Formats: sequence, C-alpha cells, structure tokens
Amino acid sequence: MATETHGADAAAEGTGLVFHPMDQFIVKPLFGHGEVGMLTITNVTLWLALSILVIFVLMVLGTSRRAIVPSRSQSIAELAYGFIHKMVEDVTGKDGLKYFPYIMTLFMFIVTANFLGLLPKSFTTTSHFAVTVVLALAVFLTVTILGFVKNGVSFLSMFWVSSAPLALRPILAIIELVSYFVRPVSHSIRLAGNVMAGHAVIKVFAGFAAIAAVSPVSILAITAMYGLEILVAFIQAYVFTILTCVYLKDALHPHH
Amino acid sequence: MEGQLAHIGAGIAGLGTGIAALGVGNVAANFLAGALRNPSAAASQTATLFIGIAFAEALGIFSFLIALLLMFAV
Repeated sequence: MATETHGADAAAEGTGLVFHPMDQFIVKPLFGHGEVGMLTITNVTLWLALSILVIFVLMVLGTSRRAIVPSRSQSIAELAYGFIHKMVEDVTGKDGLKYFPYIMTLFMFIVTANFLGLLPKSFTTTSHFAVTVVLALAVFLTVTILGFVKNGVSFLSMFWVSSAPLALRPILAIIELVSYFVRPVSHSIRLAGNVMAGHAVIKVFAGFAAIAAVSPVSILAITAMYGLEILVAFIQAYVFTILTCVYLKDALHPHH
Repeated sequence: MEGQLAHIGAGIAGLGTGIAALGVGNVAANFLAGALRNPSAAASQTATLFIGIAFAEALGIFSFLIALLLMFAV
C-alpha cells in the first residue's frame, strides 16, 4: 500500500488532513528506524503474534478447566468450536470433518486478527494483501492437491460440465478453468479489501473531526462506521471460512 | 498528465464497486422475500445467502483492485 508518509507533507503545508487515511497501514520496524528486511520485527509481527496469543489464551487456557458450568471464556471457545463444526458438516458433508482443524484455525486466526485490528492504536494485519494472499494461496494449494490425491485425474471432470449440451462444453470448460484460478485472487482481496476500506473510511471521518463545524456529525459517523466494522470483521471471517468449505467440497466431490 | 489520467481511470473503475453493491442488494432482497414467505426454511439457507453475496461481491472487488492498481502501481 502507500509506503511514503503523505500526512507529514500535508501537515507541513498546513492544508488538508493532518494525517493520510492510509498512514495506519504502514509497516514499520518495532525497534529503531532501519530498513524493513526479511527478518525485521515489525508492527505486523507484533500484532500477528498477539492474535496467536489471544487464540491460545481463549482456546487452550480458557477450556483447560473443562467445567460443567462453563466460565465466560470457555463458553466463547465452545460456541466458536460448535459454530465452525456445524458449518463444516453442513457445507462439506461428513467426510469433510477430517479437515475441520484447518478450517477452525483459519476462522479463529482471521476473526481474532480482525477484532484486534479494531482496537484503537492497533495494527490490522488482515488489511494487508501479503497476509491474506498467503492464507488464500494455502487454501488453494491444499484444495487442488487434495482434489488430485482423492480423485486422481477424474478431478479434472469438474471443468467438464456433463449436464450441458456437448457444443457448449468446451466454452464452459474454459470459463470454469478461469474461474477456478481466479478463486485465490477474489478469496484474498475480499478479506483485505473489506477490512482496509472500512479502516480507511474511519480515518477519513477522523480527519473531518478536526474541523469544528462538522465534528459532531463526524464523530457520529465514526461511531456508526465502527459498529459496521465490528459486523464486517465477523462476517468477512465467516465468508472466508465458508468459501474454504465450498472449495473443499468441490475437491472431495468434483462431479456436479 | 499520465498520472492524472490514471486517477480518472481509478475513479471510473470505482463505479464497478457501486454496481456490485446493486448485485449484493439484489441477492439479499430476494433472500428476504423468500424468507418472509417461508420463514421455517430461512435458517437453513443463510450459508447459501452468504456464498451468493460473496460471489456477487467478488466482481466488485475486481474493479476495486483495478482502481488500487491505477492509484498505486501505474
């Protein structure tokens, strides 16, 4: 995304916003001001690690007591587990439950990273295409390899729509092939795009809050957008996970 | 000049996002119309609703991507 600080320029000129709405997505080293290299500990590293820590505390420590009357954290953990378990079973079928741990991991990671990004002063890791593309490519490769391992060459019959008229089938095969390879693109950009756009809009309204005449309207708008973002944070994690289930179902049962 | 043209192009590409919003609204509206006729079947179809919304939204996201590329990569 925008790598240079636009905000500093605008502030120096004394015009426009005090900060650029994209400034919040800049990757900075956590210690010092050096270059961002391959192994530099950046703010992305910190917030990725924090989401792992939160998941660990919620899912491992929260459920470790196994109380019959669950505590609050145990209730949340059990609710999340049951929710994803039912989703995998409904969408993928009984034989998809073998891959439930992977889908549960994906959901918990995305939903935690999204919610952590909503904290003031935090960094939203899922707003970066680099993070979501890795997640989507992992799903794409897993599903493709799984499809070939489970079905052999007959996995390719997914692209040969046997219910269509014979003359149409080659054209449909090309369309199906293109849409198959576009999957990781839309899968990753949907998540990052939604999260990034929402956070940028909040920052745009925050810029207007400095102008006295419109600041009450702007603060109301920030509150409303924040409410919407809480919804989006959950729904985008849900959509990412349910699409993973759909792709998994295609790999396990490629025949239409 | 070329950079300004890219910005105009990004604005035009942004229109696609709005048009995709029509599609998403259409999916949700038809789901609601169906759900009000037969509320007992609605709960089992929410997953289908979200998949439909996601597919309709994907095409809007492509135009958003084009806009981003024009803004930052060209």
